[in-house]
Amino acid sequence: MRTILHSDCNGFFASVECLYNPQFRDKPVAVCGDKDKRHGIILAKNEIAKKFNVKTGEPIWQAQQKCPELVTASAHYDRYIRFSKLCREIYSDYTDNIEPFGLDEAWLDVTGSTLLCGNGKEIAEEIRHRIKKELGITVSIGVSFNKIFAKLGSDYKKPDAVTVITKENYKQLVWKLKVSDLLYVGRATENKLRQLGVFTIGDLATFPIELLRKNFGKWADILYSFSNGLDFSPVMKSDEVSAVKSIGNSTTAVRDLENFEDAKIIFMVLCDSVCRRMREQGYKTKNVCISIRNTDLFAITRQKKLEQSTNLTNDVLKTVLELFKESYSFDRNIRSLGVSVSDFESDTTPHQASIFVDETQIIRKEQLDSTLDNIKSRFGSFAVKPAKLMFDRKLSGFSPKEEHTVHPVSYF
Amino acid sequence: MKQYVSVTAKFDSDGNILPLKINWDDGRIFEIDRITDIRYAASLKAGGAGIRYTCRIKQNEKYLFLEDNRWFINNEKGQ
Repeated sequence: MRTILHSDCNGFFASVECLYNPQFRDKPVAVCGDKDKRHGIILAKNEIAKKFNVKTGEPIWQAQQKCPELVTASAHYDRYIRFSKLCREIYSDYTDNIEPFGLDEAWLDVTGSTLLCGNGKEIAEEIRHRIKKELGITVSIGVSFNKIFAKLGSDYKKPDAVTVITKENYKQLVWKLKVSDLLYVGRATENKLRQLGVFTIGDLATFPIELLRKNFGKWADILYSFSNGLDFSPVMKSDEVSAVKSIGNSTTAVRDLENFEDAKIIFMVLCDSVCRRMREQGYKTKNVCISIRNTDLFAITRQKKLEQSTNLTNDVLKTVLELFKESYSFDRNIRSLGVSVSDFESDTTPHQASIFVDETQIIRKEQLDSTLDNIKSRFGSFAVKPAKLMFDRKLSGFSPKEEHTVHPVSYF
Repeated sequence: MKQYVSVTAKFDSDGNILPLKINWDDGRIFEIDRITDIRYAASLKAGGAGIRYTCRIKQNEKYLFLEDNRWFINNEKGQ
């Protein structure tokens, strides 16, 4: 049986800010985005702010209504990246099987270290203690025999705690949890499950699998195995650099987007960044995805498969705009937009030329893109840009390629 | 209060860094008589984390932190 740990830094951004600012350690603290750029939402909060029901993702004014004494700190990503690295250095004293999930979470497979360092609980306690002493932040750690239950364990008791979920006790501990606590059960899946009368993870685990398959297709088996502790996916080794699965950028615009032209400007900047990053990595994409969030903060995502894989900015932009036209009608103004590409193949893969497409044009466009890339890498993202972007310089005046940050990749 | 300080340190051939003197900004120099402990630690009082050197300076014990490439101490008087 494997011994797997999932370590989760409690209120990571807020904990780091509290460490560096001892004067507001005993106050409710929230780390927020830049208000002037309209990124003014709560990114993370400490335990005291949590008691006031301050939620991640809500606007600052709303949080301040719930908690007037709320201290807002601005984010310092360089610090978070440093602390994330320091955490991983501590983990690596116990195992080389470390799979990071975002900056603040990681799975550790310590099966091979148990003879040397003690059982899972002992290792977890030691890591918890060391991170607290050496880094001054707290973690909660779940110990179990698979990744899914380990993650549930780290959520079970917070902060600064260790929860052990064994084959003997998982039915008591895990099965009474809400089904939405399970990885990959989001809003839509939860709603669907509720209609079937499934409310807890236990309900899901004991639900007839055939009926589940009828409703969820291939996801049924995944949900079933997750809830029954039958997840056998391995913890990635830290030196196995996982291939990039998707490249994306998103932004909250400086003002609400009122029409198609506004959205087009934002999409042009996003596509430019995404495609430049894709070309840098040497990929072509076959799948384009957009995300739209309106002023009610309601979000949708839509994706489209391409017939030919491409890394041309214009092709991706064209698909993005088509998708956008199909899926949004401006019944509300838009607050933020995102573009991502996935399903990669190497740009050196030979491709079947088509008689319906002028291949020389594609080569010309590729040369154009690579020339533009060269100019931009020497003189900055704003050195050359489409004339369209000059219509509204405030709206187009951001550079996601230079500003982009790290997000958790998909579990699969 | 966190106070960054100027430090004279020795890099030995193994790559170890040992602080020798703390150079206070008013010109005073404090020689470190002995280092009794070196470990990674967070300073909750000063606010930071790094390598903590427990230094003996004229019979007093003082923590000196190396955070990335800056040295700091916790100045209790807040001077």
